[in-house]
Amino acid sequence: MADDPRSRIAHLYRRIGFGATPTVLDGAVAAGFDATVDSLFDPSISDAGAAATPPPSSLVLIAPIPATSAEEKKARNIVKRTQNIGLMRWWLDRMTATERPLAEKMTLFWHGHFATGIEKVDEAIYMLTQNQIFRTAGLGRFEPLALAVAKDQAMLVWLDANDNKKGSPNENFARELMELFTIGIGSYTDGDVREAARAFTGTRVERRTGTISVLARQLDSSTKTILGDSRNFGFDDTVSFLANRAETAAFVSAKLWSRFAYPVTTSDPVVADIAGVFRQGGDITTVMKAIVRHPQFVSVAARQGLVKQPIEWVVGSMRALGMRANEFEVLGPDPVGTLRDLNQVPFNPPSVGGWPQNGYWLSTATALTRLRYAIALAGRANLSWLTGVAAPGRPDAIARQLSVDGWSRSTLGGLQKASTPKSQLAIALTSPEYVLA
Amino acid sequence: MRTFSARNEFTVDLPITCPDGRTLTRREVLGGIGVATAALTAPSLLARPGSAASAGVRAQANLAPAPRRPGQGILVLVTLYGGNDGINTIVPTQDPVYAAVRGAAGIPADQTLRLNDGFGFHPSLVGIKALFDQGKVGVVPGVGYPAPNRSHFRSMDIWQSGVPERVDLTGWLGRWHDAVGADPMRMLSIGPSVPRALVGARSSASAVPNGTFNLPGGAPLTNAYLESVRAPTPELGAWAGRIIDTGSDLLRVSAQIGPILKGGGQGTAAVNLEGVADDAKYSVLERQLAEVATLIRAKVPTRVYSVSLGGFDTHANELGTHANLLGVVDRSLSKFLADIATDPMASDVVVVVYSEFGRRVAPNLSNGTDHGTAGPVLVVGHGVRGGMHADYPSLSDLVDGDLKVTTDFRRIYSTIIDQVLGTDPAAVLGRRYDALGFL
Repeated sequence: MADDPRSRIAHLYRRIGFGATPTVLDGAVAAGFDATVDSLFDPSISDAGAAATPPPSSLVLIAPIPATSAEEKKARNIVKRTQNIGLMRWWLDRMTATERPLAEKMTLFWHGHFATGIEKVDEAIYMLTQNQIFRTAGLGRFEPLALAVAKDQAMLVWLDANDNKKGSPNENFARELMELFTIGIGSYTDGDVREAARAFTGTRVERRTGTISVLARQLDSSTKTILGDSRNFGFDDTVSFLANRAETAAFVSAKLWSRFAYPVTTSDPVVADIAGVFRQGGDITTVMKAIVRHPQFVSVAARQGLVKQPIEWVVGSMRALGMRANEFEVLGPDPVGTLRDLNQVPFNPPSVGGWPQNGYWLSTATALTRLRYAIALAGRANLSWLTGVAAPGRPDAIARQLSVDGWSRSTLGGLQKASTPKSQLAIALTSPEYVLA
Repeated sequence: MRTFSARNEFTVDLPITCPDGRTLTRREVLGGIGVATAALTAPSLLARPGSAASAGVRAQANLAPAPRRPGQGILVLVTLYGGNDGINTIVPTQDPVYAAVRGAAGIPADQTLRLNDGFGFHPSLVGIKALFDQGKVGVVPGVGYPAPNRSHFRSMDIWQSGVPERVDLTGWLGRWHDAVGADPMRMLSIGPSVPRALVGARSSASAVPNGTFNLPGGAPLTNAYLESVRAPTPELGAWAGRIIDTGSDLLRVSAQIGPILKGGGQGTAAVNLEGVADDAKYSVLERQLAEVATLIRAKVPTRVYSVSLGGFDTHANELGTHANLLGVVDRSLSKFLADIATDPMASDVVVVVYSEFGRRVAPNLSNGTDHGTAGPVLVVGHGVRGGMHADYPSLSDLVDGDLKVTTDFRRIYSTIIDQVLGTDPAAVLGRRYDALGFL
């Protein structure tokens, strides 16, 4: 089954998209694996789904809204909450609507890599701006992407740029840039962190206006020594210097492979293959194509190596059933609330390290949430494709609709025991076959 | 506010080294988990010591609790994510270096709550101070591990694994769970996820949502679900096995806990949320601990509970944020101790509060503090031996501006494994460490 072309292309769609509907998969199988890769990566393909889901245009800065009295505070919090939840719902809706799912998958990947959270950033508009950077630059070269993200309000606020001043450097950004965004833990010393922190002094964001500026008197322009290199490092050249290191090629390649194929460390041989491509300019599209065309990408290790992230599971199930996230805002189930219980709220990762993976999504509590959501979703979905099928044929019909290769004996037992099409679909959505990515 | 929870796990394929030196591959680790769980059966091997007598003992609820029974206790692990500022938690009031170095980012001595001649609690710790005066709070200052790491993730991994010298993906309580035989009711994490500390090589804690825990869809769906998670699916790999296991654990754990959290049943009460704020941000720890208290009073056979609070990464304007956070900790622990006070087994319950590191002695100019090293661990309970149980690190004899560790964290774990969980610490930590005096 795993060598079957349909199965391989279904796997490709799950990993660099949110799964394929039967119609899409039929077309892709006819076109073949390579042509499908090319079309999935083709930026010129028009996207009516994205056009129909423009980002919220009315977001306002919260900081300037007065909040001295209790009433003003309350009013301000209502605006803030409304904006935040609206932003989360918009992105989920975009993910369910888009015809270029790779753009959203890369946006989600970079959001977990350069992780910032709305709880501390506190401005929906900053989170949206950063999200658009991921969307538009996320398949370009790594260096400009890192520069754009580093000098953006969300990151500056998140990692305390305003507190990083000449004579009293705040190390937060310098440390996370090295540990989590570029060269990776083990590739630097605490001394490198202290030196790099000085290079980032003076750059700040004015919370009332959102303006980013450099205060000359807080800028430390003396010589810094980072990874053995001594010069007058500034903000941009420190980011560029780190982005172009060989350690970064290995670290980011390992992370991409870990999230799209299966978890590896930088010492895994497959990372050498991908990092070799990364080092030739750091073009993420080229790197991603190398990943999906690598023989190990469709290996058993890959097929069995990833659990769907909750966002992938929620969005993927809606897409498979022809539903949009915005259908649920009023009648429920609320996808944002479900994602909170599944540990993955968009725009609010648990830390600067982003979301962990695989085992992090699996617990008795998340199993319960998946079951609840699956029942609710099955209750709201149009199941005409299933109800017309005679009982013995339903497991196969569900497998086809969910783009799953087939069912284990265990799952099949549950599907046969379930008494209605709705409960059969709920069982299928919570099965290991569907919960695996 | 920035919170920290379980680490980025994309290094999960590292081989896992067992305490006996044997190396497990991920396949072995995960493949073994399927063995641990069976279908929906009565948790017969789980009876907590003393629980058989529960019905009779409940009638005596007004009497003073029985003395602590060594090795037969219940551990409640409280993780403070982000790096709690230990120096402002247990303030060295008589050390002139403190006032001189901390300055406006410090707590004036006269605002602290007296602990002893040399130290005071942070002013937010009113309830802890009262419990301390009753001899129910053990303070262990200066706790850490060799070669401190200032990464939140690596440092928390070290704390949760109990293994400082190499990457070990199992947690110290997970290995205890493996050693005594895994059961889905034995360790419970309150919330959607299970922290590394409670993940073993062959088993993992169950996660109980903070709220209700009833299965949806009625009996027909539950039966179909049970059928779908009844047998392992080795052909789908290790993670599929974990998905199946969490499903079958869900059925067992919810069958036992669901009715208790629902309340109104015989001998059980719903979770006591009297006085708990509506705003989840300020009450999440209180709610988690209220749920733990309910489960303890309902005599479930659980030996380890895990709860947590994030937000301690106070790089800027620390004083207000830290006071709020410690206020949450104080309210939550005080209420928890009160909630279980009349339970006959109250003395068996031991709460351990820790964070991944303390913070630097000197503040930064943003009136915050950067990542540091050693920090205090609090051990709280009706059967705890109160007092200071280790040396407070010097504020002048520093390494790179940071405190020197006075007490290895494994001494705490060793004491807990031995005195609360009743297992030989060598089975979990590779060897026994000198016991501390808090029990």
